[in-house]
Amino acid sequence: MSSFSDDLDQFRSEVSAFIAEKCPQKLKDMPSSERSICWGGKRFTFSCDEQRIWMENAAAVGLTAPRWPTEYGGAGLNRAQEKVFREEMAKAKAPSPLESFGLWMLGPALLAFGTHEQKLKYLPDITNGRIRWCQGYSEPGAGSDLASVQTRAEDKGDHWVVNGSKIWTSYADKADWIFALVRTDKDAPKHKGISFMLIDMEAEGVSTKPIKLISGTSVFCETFFDNVVVPKTDEEGNSRIVGELNRGWDVAKHLLTHEREMIGGGGSGAASGVLGGRSLGAFIDTLDETIMDDPVVRSQTMELEIDTLAMSMTMERYKDMAKQGGVGHASAMLKYSGTELNKRRYELLMSITGSEGVEWDGEHGSLAPEWLRTKANSIEGGTSEVMLDILSKRVLELPSS
Amino acid sequence: MVASLIPTEDEVMLRDAARGFLQESSPVTAFRANRDAGRTHDPALWKEMAQMGWTGVLLPEDAGGSEMGHRAAGILSEEMGEVLAASPFISTAVMAATALRGAANDRLAGIADGSSIYAIAVDEGPKHAPARTGMTAEKSGNAFKLSGRKVFVADGASANRVLVLARTGGSVGEAEGLTLFDIDADRAGLTRNAKHTVDERDHAQLDFDAVEATGDDVVGEVDGGMAALHTALNAGQAALSAELLGVSAGAFGMTTGYLKERKQFGRTIGSFQALQHRAAHLFAEIEITSSAIANAGRMMDEDAENADIAVSIAKARATQTAKLAVSEGVQMHGGIGMTDEFDMGFFMKRARVGAEWLGDYGYHAARVAAARGF
Repeated sequence: MSSFSDDLDQFRSEVSAFIAEKCPQKLKDMPSSERSICWGGKRFTFSCDEQRIWMENAAAVGLTAPRWPTEYGGAGLNRAQEKVFREEMAKAKAPSPLESFGLWMLGPALLAFGTHEQKLKYLPDITNGRIRWCQGYSEPGAGSDLASVQTRAEDKGDHWVVNGSKIWTSYADKADWIFALVRTDKDAPKHKGISFMLIDMEAEGVSTKPIKLISGTSVFCETFFDNVVVPKTDEEGNSRIVGELNRGWDVAKHLLTHEREMIGGGGSGAASGVLGGRSLGAFIDTLDETIMDDPVVRSQTMELEIDTLAMSMTMERYKDMAKQGGVGHASAMLKYSGTELNKRRYELLMSITGSEGVEWDGEHGSLAPEWLRTKANSIEGGTSEVMLDILSKRVLELPSS
Repeated sequence: MVASLIPTEDEVMLRDAARGFLQESSPVTAFRANRDAGRTHDPALWKEMAQMGWTGVLLPEDAGGSEMGHRAAGILSEEMGEVLAASPFISTAVMAATALRGAANDRLAGIADGSSIYAIAVDEGPKHAPARTGMTAEKSGNAFKLSGRKVFVADGASANRVLVLARTGGSVGEAEGLTLFDIDADRAGLTRNAKHTVDERDHAQLDFDAVEATGDDVVGEVDGGMAALHTALNAGQAALSAELLGVSAGAFGMTTGYLKERKQFGRTIGSFQALQHRAAHLFAEIEITSSAIANAGRMMDEDAENADIAVSIAKARATQTAKLAVSEGVQMHGGIGMTDEFDMGFFMKRARVGAEWLGDYGYHAARVAAARGF
């Protein structure tokens, strides 16, 4: 499908030419915001036609999923090529052609645990932006203790009947399908009776309800399953379970490590939001010039600038370590430190903007909601305390008794 | 953007070799023996380092060096920090070697073969501030007369050569008008007083009373001493940051070891979540700091002209991390951590001295702020 060169310099000029030609200028000029993200899916409304064109152009050569194999809709790039692609995108100010939980979570799970037929069925729909997935992990009674999920799937011969509820399912109200952890063996020890199941959100008995957060937004939902019939196999004979029956915890754990690296990355140097990639100092310079005369503000800013830069170096170092053979449980460090840092940065931003910062939609745009949203960073994807537990037990190998 | 921060194969080998050697020749027990004997460093250890080529780590091959670079110097410093190996490595093999790069090969050869021990005499007050130099170098004909006092001169009592910064023009507070001199340490009029510091290493006060120097002793240009010294200071700061990372790792290793063996309330104390989380947080801080250390070494090797911010991030982070590692180390050891018999105190005391030497957290944070435009 794709015919990019293996030679890195050659590849750079090819991909740079591709971006120049295939990504409409309008998108390159558009400031990045929640609205500028292209999520895809049956129910997605493109913010403009150019957004759709860029998604389709990129998908046509697999560049919505650069590292995935070409037979599943990816571009089959190696890590070095992917890095070049991202660099050229940044240089051209081209936005990501497509973002989705399918790309971030389900795809990697299927690539690691799925059958060839499952990959052929589900992955191209993700890379083409046709199907939008959401993640059904947490439940009202299963937060940090995720393995205690109670949503159950009863075996009815040729199908399952699913009952229960999920919480914190991001964008569930806009998703076409959900990948969910469900209990398929209620008598097994809690980690052993869980399966990783694929469920059509249009199925009878699935409903969602948005949860309004302290930041005023409602990205998260509750998702309810009321006697939802899930066929054991689809028309082509593919199982609706990824990995082995009752071994869904292995898939979930694999994905959580993935998620941690992603969330940790959000706290590093290239923060989006009001900073838009600027240094804290540069942002502060746009404010009242006397702000930096306050020695406390100045000292906090210096400290955060140092910690932010050191954190982004660490992200780079860990990415390179991952290339060389993986970072394993140490990824919990990125998640812990990255999210705690991001919270500190936003506390400082709120402090220096003073009374202007507390307006919902004032001079500093979305600063207040962004600040409030950061408080979830150290909860979602495993709390800071769970990360410290992982580091203690798995990396430092401290005893459990 | 520098090359990858993960170590090359050569760097992994260098670290393994250094670790093997230091564990054998300079474990913390050796530091204790030196301390008890009143020795600030062990000349025999320095000789061995020279034989292994560590003294020439930054020197060109035609001067007897191996020119492995600043990242390599950092790896050696880090390993030395981890076992508290005391040596004039940073003063001599890192700072003097960098400052004198353009000098005649016979001076460099003395560094490479270990016969020269250099001290870098810059500061005159309790905080690192090269521009605050008030010491004068009065010109008389083709010669200079140096008068004034230098404090906190690392390796100042044991060195046989001194690089000293003195004012030939301008006024206190200005970086211009400073000149760097390279003189022998027993020159008439130079009095050296060893100070007994908490880290038990060599720090001296140097008093210059009309010490004579000639034009041949000038390093770089007259009035342009900071140009000559700037990169050397950066090199020293990068290496010292690496040493402090090693100090952190040494203290942390002792601490996690203790958490796995000490029992109270019928349990291994490392099973208590309160202690686990303190240890895990410290692990995270050390990991982040180690990225900054690797980055500083890479920048010094690849683009030394623009390395100020990288070096200062490293020194600032290393200072804070070492402080955290040693105080957490004492706390998690409990009472035994407070005893002289136990080694943790040595790490704490070296971390405090390292925090001050070549610029404290505030000095380096201000350099980062300046580089980031605020």
